[in-house]
Amino acid sequence: MSDRSLPMRFARPGAGGFLGYLAVVLIILWSLEGAGWSADRLISSPPKLADFFDRAWPPSTHNLDRLAWKMVETLQIAIAGAAIGIVLSVPVALLAARGVLVGRGVSLAVRTILGFIRAVPDLAWALVFVVAVGLGPFAGMLAIVVDTIGYCGRFFADDMENTDPGPAEALTATGARRLDIAACATIPAALPAFVSTSLFGLEKAVRSSTILGLVGAGGIGIELKVGFDLFDYPTAMTVILMIAVVVIGVEQIGAMLRAAIMGQAR
Amino acid sequence: MPLDHPATHLTGTVTDLQATGLAKSFGKARPVFEGLEFRIRRGECVALVGANGTGKSTLLRCCLGLITPDSGRVSLLDQDMVTIKGPARRALRARTGLVGQKHNLVPRLSVLSNVIHGLLGRHSGPRYWVQGLAPAAARTAAFAALDKVGLADLALRRADQLSGGQSQRVAIARALVGNPRFLVADEPCASLDPQAGEEVMALFISLVKREGVTVLFTSHNVQHALSYGDRILGLQGGRIAIDARARDVSAQDMARLYV
Ligand SMILES: Nc1ncnc2c1ncn2[C@@H]1O[C@H](COP(=O)(O)OP(=O)(O)OP(=O)(O)O)[C@@H](O)[C@H]1O
Ligand SMILES: [Mg+2]
Repeated sequence: MSDRSLPMRFARPGAGGFLGYLAVVLIILWSLEGAGWSADRLISSPPKLADFFDRAWPPSTHNLDRLAWKMVETLQIAIAGAAIGIVLSVPVALLAARGVLVGRGVSLAVRTILGFIRAVPDLAWALVFVVAVGLGPFAGMLAIVVDTIGYCGRFFADDMENTDPGPAEALTATGARRLDIAACATIPAALPAFVSTSLFGLEKAVRSSTILGLVGAGGIGIELKVGFDLFDYPTAMTVILMIAVVVIGVEQIGAMLRAAIMGQAR
Repeated sequence: MPLDHPATHLTGTVTDLQATGLAKSFGKARPVFEGLEFRIRRGECVALVGANGTGKSTLLRCCLGLITPDSGRVSLLDQDMVTIKGPARRALRARTGLVGQKHNLVPRLSVLSNVIHGLLGRHSGPRYWVQGLAPAAARTAAFAALDKVGLADLALRRADQLSGGQSQRVAIARALVGNPRFLVADEPCASLDPQAGEEVMALFISLVKREGVTVLFTSHNVQHALSYGDRILGLQGGRIAIDARARDVSAQDMARLYV
């Protein structure tokens, strides 16, 4: 037996650690205050919510074909925007990935720009494009394109940086150019990850496209806004349910495709 | 310990690789090696041996300019590998090849496409990315290289559906398709079973001998080093401990490298 004793289950926090916990608690309390925390309003909300559901239920069915077409338009915005965004993301990601085509400096600059694109919310992009190209689905599609580039450009770049460097090194040793190495070794190795990332991008695009209508950028979101504005809660409820069904459906299909593709790549 | 005297031994022959005062360290750690001096003559097959972590792979990478040494010079095929840049460096690399410990094939592409990639040092662009688009001459050359390693039947098989030995033979075909003058092989048989390792090594050496390619290879198999190498370079403690013709090196000399 050595003279070592069993370690304690939990380390006692030092003074610094204690101050850290205290700071976190204070920040959370301070934030709740800023967010207008009100116990009274929270307690009085269930009856109002119940009243809303009472008036919204059953969901309206008499506008169903118009709503369905709006939903189709929503999906068209999402698919077109995501497709263009994904294609444009590949060259962008090649410039964002460290050591693939460019060095640290350029890749850092491109990643910073992509970070900015992601930091701007999709609704803000939609507002910008409504100003640029006018109301309607085209503005929404452009917003989805930009949003998708921000997302896929960054994660495609990560996917490429995470590939096995061996094949790229072997081609470097034969004197291949960087673009050839990217096309022959890096991109083929990252392809399954690209597909998976693209499917996430499409899911994100579908989710975004359902609310772009709130700012007049096309899609079913406008029906939601009109429903609430006119106190037509049954129609609003129908729209909410349709969005839920479509978003969940797209996520399920995406998960299935991903599983199929990942399984295929060894 | 037998040590050649380069002056008497190398007169009248062409030098393909010459390292002078080569040193490399990673970060603040002790240098992996320091003050390395050696030369490799045209057509020679040199075995680089040494214990794990003595810097064999690092040395090979320095020789091919894949990493930059801290100091010293590498003259490869009469050019300075350390300072050469851009198109000149690519042209020089087009005359060299690398076979790694892992085969490093691109898994999702066909065997033939992988071999065609060996031509990327001389050619560039989408026509050399996949075999379906490749010019007839490139496909013919790649197919001939595959035939030499006995895998012509598997030309359109996906590279990730090969056994380890087959993969390594494809990697050899890829390294040879561009007719390199100088070939580096880092433990080409490390991932293979003894039988496959023997076959791949014998095939590799016979091909490079037939084409007169200069070879620098590493191996942890003392028998491989002694029988396939014309000359042995032994690394120990960051220095060259053996530099001698293989037939002058005894098994005890080799064993001393690993203590
Ligand atoms: N990229 C790197 N960064 C930091 N240290 C490295 C790097 N590459 C190699 N080293 C270190 O350099 C030393 C030599 O490594 P190297 O791979 O060249 O040895 P080796 O002789 O090829 O070994 P093995 O026989 O196991 O292949 C080791 O101590 C290793 O940890
Ligand atoms: Mg090694």
